[in-house]
Amino acid sequence: MTTPIKPKLKVATTSLAGCFGCHMSFLDIDERLLELLKLVEFDRSPLTDIKHCGPCDIGIIEGGLCNAENVHVLREFRANCKILIALGACAINGGLPAQRNHLSLPLILEEVYHAQHGLVDGFIPNDPELPLPLDKVHPIHEVVKVDYFIPGCPPSGDAIWKVLTDLLAGKEPELGHGLIHYD
Amino acid sequence: MSPDNKSTFTLDGKTVSYTEGQTIIQAAMAAGEYIPHLCFNPEFKPHGSCKLCTVKANGRQTASCTQQPQPGMVVESDTKELNDERRALLQMLFVEGNHFCPSCEKSGNCQLQATAYQLNMMSPHFDQFFPDRPVDASHSEYLLDFNRCILCSLCVRASRDVDGKNVFALSGRGIKSHLIVNAKSGNLADTDFTGEDKAAHVCPVGVILKKRVGFVIPIGKRTFDEHPIGATPHPTVKGA
Ligand code: SF4
Ligand code: SF4
Ligand code: FES
Repeated sequence: MTTPIKPKLKVATTSLAGCFGCHMSFLDIDERLLELLKLVEFDRSPLTDIKHCGPCDIGIIEGGLCNAENVHVLREFRANCKILIALGACAINGGLPAQRNHLSLPLILEEVYHAQHGLVDGFIPNDPELPLPLDKVHPIHEVVKVDYFIPGCPPSGDAIWKVLTDLLAGKEPELGHGLIHYD
Repeated sequence: MSPDNKSTFTLDGKTVSYTEGQTIIQAAMAAGEYIPHLCFNPEFKPHGSCKLCTVKANGRQTASCTQQPQPGMVVESDTKELNDERRALLQMLFVEGNHFCPSCEKSGNCQLQATAYQLNMMSPHFDQFFPDRPVDASHSEYLLDFNRCILCSLCVRASRDVDGKNVFALSGRGIKSHLIVNAKSGNLADTDFTGEDKAAHVCPVGVILKKRVGFVIPIGKRTFDEHPIGATPHPTVKGA
């Protein structure tokens, strides 16, 4: 008798205002990635280079929102993914990019492109192709509903593995001591 | 009332004995039981402000760090309802300040963070306030990072009651409450605060920090990396 083949779950991932550290940590699941690939296939992700997210079972977001494009991509993920996961400190509370939030945006742009030593004739880039920065950096749950959170800067490969395998087994993901970390 | 339940109460079904004058949390600690808490420290008079230690005593919510038990009292602590409320309190504390744990020297030794781990706080849930709270780096030995202050008043109590100095105070009301330094300039450098003060060693979070010792104990090898906070009734933090 042949066992019916379960269709693979579709997973999309992206990095918004993050450093790709969470994606690197995802790769830290090492050879378990092969095990994972028996169960899932990747849609939009830095791993596939697909540019837009189609209908998916799980969407994984690294990074918070620091510009208008981040918000568009996040909304595209939410519209297409049954389950949305915030991966890492920046997606969950703004993280490092949000450390600019107590400074005014004009002041930051001025400092980076004009005022700093050695920036003779510097100008603030204004190409229409460039996404406009947001006034403040926001965590993603302030804009869309997020189903699960994996904290950490970055979360360990083991924490990511635990959440994904719990979800694939149809269980509520649980991290517990040693896997739940904010640092 | 039978005489044998005179000086005992039950905590989550376990019998705990107490002596006259003890609060619920003190009796629980003496019996080796952990009740989540932040502004309580067994060395100081209770302040009763963070409400994390809230229990149900004979069905009514009360702060276990200020409430004294009654004979035969039925106290519930580790219940879903109370832990859900504690988690919400923690989430409010997190969004009210700026808690960027990855760059905090207290990470792994922090009672706020460890309690949040213990209560499975996966996100801050609420919208971040992102307040602007400048750091006081004026003192040669110590740094004050107000971004992480949870207004527990332990430094206030330590400086006043143990050091006899009154270096710290809480000022303002409600959302405007904040920690101030008792100097005309408002700067720690202009007080008689020293590293020998008790107040230098009581902050449960990462506000009052010794300079130039950052990351002596690496992240991953700190107090609550090794044991979850509830492993003992009140934590002893490495390097404190
Ligand atoms: S004080 Fe605690 S919770 Fe706040 S940033 Fe530092 S480690 Fe994190
Ligand atoms: S500085 Fe630390 S000890 Fe003092 S009130 Fe704030 S959190 Fe409590
Ligand atoms: S520990 Fe009791 S109110 Fe804070």
